[in-house]
Amino acid sequence: MLATIPLVFVLAGLVLYVVLAGADFGAGLWLALSGPGERGARIREHAHRSMAPVWEANHVWLIFVLTVTWTAYPAFFGSVASTLGAALLLAGLGIILRGASYALRAGADGRRGRRAIDTAFAIASLVTPFSLGAAAGAIASERVPVGNAAGAEFTSWLNPTSVAIGVLAVVFAAYLAAVYLAADAGRVGDAELEAAFRRRALVSGFLAGAVAAATLVVVHSDARGLYDGLVQGGALATVIVSGLAGLITLALVRAGRLQLARVSAALAVAAVIAGWALARYPTLLPGLSVDRAAASHDTLVTLIVAVVAGGVLLFPSLGLLFGLLLRGRFDEGAAHTGAGAAGIAAGARPRALVAAGVGAGRGAVALLIAGVGLLNVAGAPWAHGIGVTALLGAVVLGFVAIVPAMASEAL
Amino acid sequence: MLSLAAALAPVHQRYLLEARQMQALSFGVHIPLVAFGIAFPAMVLFVEWLYHRTGDPVYRTLAQRWSKVAIALFAVGVITGTILSFEMGLLWPNFTATFGGVFGLGFAIEGFSFFMEAIFLGIYVYGWQRLSPRAHMLSGIPVVITGFTGSLMVISVNAWMNHPTGFALRAGRVIDVDPLHALFGNPYLWSELIHMYVAGYMVTGFLVAGAYAFGRLRGRWGRYERAALAIPLTIACLAAPVQVLIGDWVARDVAVDQPVKLAAIEGLYRTTDGASEHLLGWYTDHQVRYGVAIPHLLSLLAFHSWDARVRGLATVPAAQRPPVNVVRIAFQLMVSIGTMLALLGLVYLVVRIRRRRLPGSAWFYRAAVLAGPLATVALIAGWVTTEVGRQPWVVYRVMPTSAAVTGAGGIPVGYGALVVTYLALAVAVAWILRRLARAPMPGKGPAIATRAGS
Ligand code: HDD
Ligand code: HEM
Ligand code: HEM
Repeated sequence: MLATIPLVFVLAGLVLYVVLAGADFGAGLWLALSGPGERGARIREHAHRSMAPVWEANHVWLIFVLTVTWTAYPAFFGSVASTLGAALLLAGLGIILRGASYALRAGADGRRGRRAIDTAFAIASLVTPFSLGAAAGAIASERVPVGNAAGAEFTSWLNPTSVAIGVLAVVFAAYLAAVYLAADAGRVGDAELEAAFRRRALVSGFLAGAVAAATLVVVHSDARGLYDGLVQGGALATVIVSGLAGLITLALVRAGRLQLARVSAALAVAAVIAGWALARYPTLLPGLSVDRAAASHDTLVTLIVAVVAGGVLLFPSLGLLFGLLLRGRFDEGAAHTGAGAAGIAAGARPRALVAAGVGAGRGAVALLIAGVGLLNVAGAPWAHGIGVTALLGAVVLGFVAIVPAMASEAL
Repeated sequence: MLSLAAALAPVHQRYLLEARQMQALSFGVHIPLVAFGIAFPAMVLFVEWLYHRTGDPVYRTLAQRWSKVAIALFAVGVITGTILSFEMGLLWPNFTATFGGVFGLGFAIEGFSFFMEAIFLGIYVYGWQRLSPRAHMLSGIPVVITGFTGSLMVISVNAWMNHPTGFALRAGRVIDVDPLHALFGNPYLWSELIHMYVAGYMVTGFLVAGAYAFGRLRGRWGRYERAALAIPLTIACLAAPVQVLIGDWVARDVAVDQPVKLAAIEGLYRTTDGASEHLLGWYTDHQVRYGVAIPHLLSLLAFHSWDARVRGLATVPAAQRPPVNVVRIAFQLMVSIGTMLALLGLVYLVVRIRRRRLPGSAWFYRAAVLAGPLATVALIAGWVTTEVGRQPWVVYRVMPTSAAVTGAGGIPVGYGALVVTYLALAVAVAWILRRLARAPMPGKGPAIATRAGS
């Protein structure tokens, strides 16, 4: 029981990564397929602007999945990472490309430069979802044995099931992105862009459905164990839910209910991942059950407490970020109105700053002397603790003594 | 030594050295960026505060432009950090498989810290002019805090690798794991953390100030440039002398907990009472050649006593000694740069306090241009001292690096791919920084009239 809780965290993180970061990657594909001319440029601009404030936060879900996995199921992580090293390296290189293109986009204003960056991004958008999907396929089809690089280096993740799941991941990313970008275009009131992305959403949605069905056929012949697991009990229920959610999403997109469509698309992904987990549970790798793979009791308990506590901080913050984004607070024209920046300036107070500076300077010297005595002369650990605090305090006070006064002298 | 039964059977890896170099390369790329993650948000936020305090639009322009640099560097920090996370599995699966349950928690908590950092940095950078001034300032504070907690978590792991606690070995198996004690009950953590944190401020401060010092030598010297130089330079110049004092503390912790590393740092072969300190020189045939020996200084520095006994490399078999010259040279590089930067800092502070102005000499600004790259070299050299000095162990005296390494083939291919990618990344970062530096200044209108471009 205890040993399963982190697995639930990992799966939840995986769903969020696929839904959120998947859409980022999909946006990269639409960049490449945006076509030439003014219209293409607008599509690219939109795809980029909608993602910029959130892509880093979306990406962290992957870090979350990795770190929880290696803490809770170390031997599982080690086996997977060593056998699937090549796939993961590819995914990592794709992640570098993607992140770099976000960083670069911020500084590029010429159109030519942007086009090159978008191409890099599009490559990343193919490579990373495919490699991660193929890696998932390798685990699901029992091609990763326990051990240090004990599985096949390439055929473990280049086989029918893996390739099918890899392709599914790419198509799905494109689909999620189209739904999301259509919704976002609708929000800023750009009807033409909204229509463009709705068309893309419908096309890629049908494609995703077709690829999903094809994947089941492939799994049936290539990974019979996985297939059998998927068509019985709870797993079967989730597969059905997933298919239904996919159909409903298409209907919602057609009807223009784009925010709802995002939710049902996410549900379809969640159901697929849950189905996979249910089909395999309690086996992680051949011969390695969740219980055997799990870290010690204390580690699991601390990890669970840490994740729950972190979640208490995290979800309100994420809510804030996405709330601001969805309410259009990051949009081009959304300047803050009101008192304006001078509002809290309340008139400059240079003299007060200078006066504070003199006192701070004396304090800095006193702390410096105390710090040297306690840190560098004394030997006891407690003295070191106080001493280093005093030294850091001296730096802060020294700064207070110098800079605000300098600022008020207008340099 | 205790024999460890690793979770996965260790395998022979022909390319262990390449794997280590790959790890070192990835750290060498990540860590300077991390320095910005640690220190830059606080500087940007301070400048924004100054703007609100004085109403002077120069500070707003500065804060806005810096925040764009911050988010670009953050993005690169994120991806290089992600590569490091991957390498925990790609290069060292057996380290993670065996000890993930002991140290993994640190990274898991760090994940949340990254989350908060990414979220609030997004809000801060894209919220300029779109949030109320107060909300905007507030959104920057979590970024400053998470810069600290992020490094706290990683360093807790590294400190644990250097001074492993919080678990026991029975018949080679890892048992009785107490992850909180392993990570945070470790006396070694605090000196490492503070030393790194202060290094972050030095590197960021000197590099940012150096850019404007370079501009001054080229004749760009308006109010904007003066402010942009003075603020980071003051921080770095205050931090530099203090860093020497903190370094002394770190060294004394190393002397107690990792005597073999200290011996490598000093090139001391035989255990000696009242050991001398050797400056410069080259370690060969169990001694330092061509160096300057200062009698008793090592005992004095490490243990505060004239005749203290300092353990030598001879106390462990040859296979358990780190490569002495790499460690020694890295250490001496760090300390000599640290000393020079501290002197530079003192010069600046004296001029600033005595004459109430910035130094006037072009030589000072030439030195300031060099200070940033030098501080970065010291940063990397410090990590080389720590990491190479711990070799051949990945977990000190528990797990050898050779038992941690992956059995997968293709390490040279991955290494090559990574080198090419990092080179491209370096070009890209240089390009974007130039672009950001050349972006036109917003007009000099009244405080509220100018809008940030996005
Ligand atoms: C701007 C950077 C910088 C500067 C000027 C210095 N250091 Fe440093 N040093 C670091 C940046 C650094 C670091 C990169 O941050 C390290 C690597 C691991 C760590 O905790 O800090 C480090 C490690 C490190 C270690 C090894 C710790 C270990 O093995 O765990 C010692 C003994 C010192 N330092 C000592 C000093 C001394 C005596 C200095 C005096 C001049 C000094 N450092 C200046
Ligand atoms: C957790 C925080 C860690 C930090 C901050 C850290 C830091 C570093 C740095 C900066 C280097 C580069 C040295 C150079 O440039 O030559 C390095 C090298 C290395 N690190 Fe770490 N490291 C950490 C964790 C790890 C982990 C998890 C491993 C995996 C086993 C590891 C194993 C190594 C190895 C093998 C080298 C190469 C040493 C050599 O070339 O001899 N370190 N580390
Ligand atoms: C084994 C070692 C390391 C791993 C696995 C690692 C992992 C990561 C990851 C995954 C990120 C990106 C987080 C995100 O998505 O927002 C990151 C960024 C960061 N890392 Fe590292 N890292 C390592 C070493 C270090 C070291 C030595 C430090 C500093 C002491 C450090 C401090 C930071 C900070 C402050 C960030 C925030 C991003 C930034 O400001 O650039 N990390 N790291």
